[in-house]
Amino acid sequence: MKIISNRISIICGHYGTGKTNLAVNLARDHARQGEKVTIVDMDIVNPYFRTSDYRKILEDEGIEVIAPVFGATNLDLPSLPAAMYLAFEKEGTVIFDLGGDDVGSTVMGRFREKLEGKDYEMLYVINKYRDLDCDPTETAQILKEIEAVTKLKATGIINNTNLMYETTEEHIEKGMEYARETAQILGLPVVATVIRRDIASNLKVDAGSDIGEIIPVDIIAGPSF
Amino acid sequence: MSEKVLMKGNEALAEAAIQAGCRLFFGYPITPQTELSAYMSKKMPKIGGLFLQAESELAAINMVLGASAAGKRAMTSSSSPGISLKSEGISYIAGSDVPAVIINVQRGGPGLGSIQPSQADYWQATKATGHGDFQLIVLAPSTVQEMADFVGQAFDLGDKYRMPVMILSDGMLGQMMEPVSFPDKGEPVIPDRPWAACGHGGKRPHNIVNSLYIEAKDLEKTVVERFKKYDIIKKEEQRAESYLTEDADIVIVAYGASSRVARSAVNSARALGIKAGLVRPITLWPFPTDAIEATVSTAKKYLTVEMSMGQMVDDVKLVVNGRKPVSFFGRTGGVIPTPGEILEEIKKLNGEER
Repeated sequence: MKIISNRISIICGHYGTGKTNLAVNLARDHARQGEKVTIVDMDIVNPYFRTSDYRKILEDEGIEVIAPVFGATNLDLPSLPAAMYLAFEKEGTVIFDLGGDDVGSTVMGRFREKLEGKDYEMLYVINKYRDLDCDPTETAQILKEIEAVTKLKATGIINNTNLMYETTEEHIEKGMEYARETAQILGLPVVATVIRRDIASNLKVDAGSDIGEIIPVDIIAGPSF
Repeated sequence: MSEKVLMKGNEALAEAAIQAGCRLFFGYPITPQTELSAYMSKKMPKIGGLFLQAESELAAINMVLGASAAGKRAMTSSSSPGISLKSEGISYIAGSDVPAVIINVQRGGPGLGSIQPSQADYWQATKATGHGDFQLIVLAPSTVQEMADFVGQAFDLGDKYRMPVMILSDGMLGQMMEPVSFPDKGEPVIPDRPWAACGHGGKRPHNIVNSLYIEAKDLEKTVVERFKKYDIIKKEEQRAESYLTEDADIVIVAYGASSRVARSAVNSARALGIKAGLVRPITLWPFPTDAIEATVSTAKKYLTVEMSMGQMVDDVKLVVNGRKPVSFFGRTGGVIPTPGEILEEIKKLNGEER
């Protein structure tokens, strides 16, 4: 995998597009390639299904997890640990998993100066099947709102179009079209297309070079029953 | 049906209400139902509906009573502590014989409790959501698709019987995401409400929507009439899903989120050769006595699984009535039982038999 290797990556997007599942998969894959990986859970908005809920899976792979002091404590108001500042100084691969939408991404805004002069990428995760009547214009608008609060510009799009366990090749194909349209409106490249591992391994669709590298993932986030 | 999309349970509840013709939503914020209110606040203004964040839960439920009394489809949503606050208004709605849909996305209790999923409001929902002799129809979804499907059914049941209907969900179902689709029907059919206090225009006697009866005999007559309606509902509206119960030695009874975990455990038990099955109540009131009764002659033991210290287990025991042993397994405070824990309970019950 070329993206995110040995640099700071910020993963943002509309809430529920699969940011956390992607971040956990990416962290695991890069750690297995021998990279030193740090994952930072910046979601202080939603108390359910956050990166830090998968702390054990991640730590077993040797990944360092930095998360708000929140779940597993008796705090009602989440706070940002000092370790979050250190994340910007870490060597290797550092993945920031933001909360959803502008509301969830706001926390990144306060760290903007830590990124000055650093090589980083901000990747916007999209999923055609996340909402009823989801269209590329609205999808593009959500990124503008995220950029306004983070005071950072996205550098690329990650197409994570899926319907979880019900994803078919047809969904993947329609998702690619949707990603291309969104990318055109935003003037950004699609740097990767994420596909559930079992579908990715027999993909017949001719992906084309404009939908980025194919990243196979497993479904990790969410309840297991 | 529409093309499937991924939605959180809370969002599916909101979208389904809009598709059922609800244009009036009155709420007050609380975790873990937040996405429902947020969805309403974004979408209602776009379609000529009303989203109103009231000054309190009490205000919100009384706005629902007012809107329903005027003949409109209205809804409110909250989570456990907020439902306690709304319970006075719910009793007034029941006492006024008007329909309304109330969503409870349960969290741990008592008191402020936790913000994690729970099923500890079963007694409140089925026995005592407010003071007085009355019942709510209570529907318990277990998937995001059911969250979507049950909202329209709740509005229709409320209209049919002129009474409040509760959807008893929990934080896990509200927050989890699953593929969901909505029926491609046109405008929803909302029945006439000749009883509504919406202006008589000098063409009919005025309608009164009220729950106050100064004369005890008048109130008694009204309540007795209402209970005749409840008897019809108990006969006509029970719903449950039976899964692998026909030859089951051990029948698990579980609803909502815990039924998902129980189903996994039943499958694992079957893989080990243990004959386990699941009765999943869909209506918690009326309680699906028929579905449980159907298993009493073949089941050897019952295991009720809940995310509480054991509430529905009382209703299971009332049906089984001592004919077979009924045991209970639960986690509470916001903890979700694991399939492994339930499987252990099943194995224990199976072992005792030998």
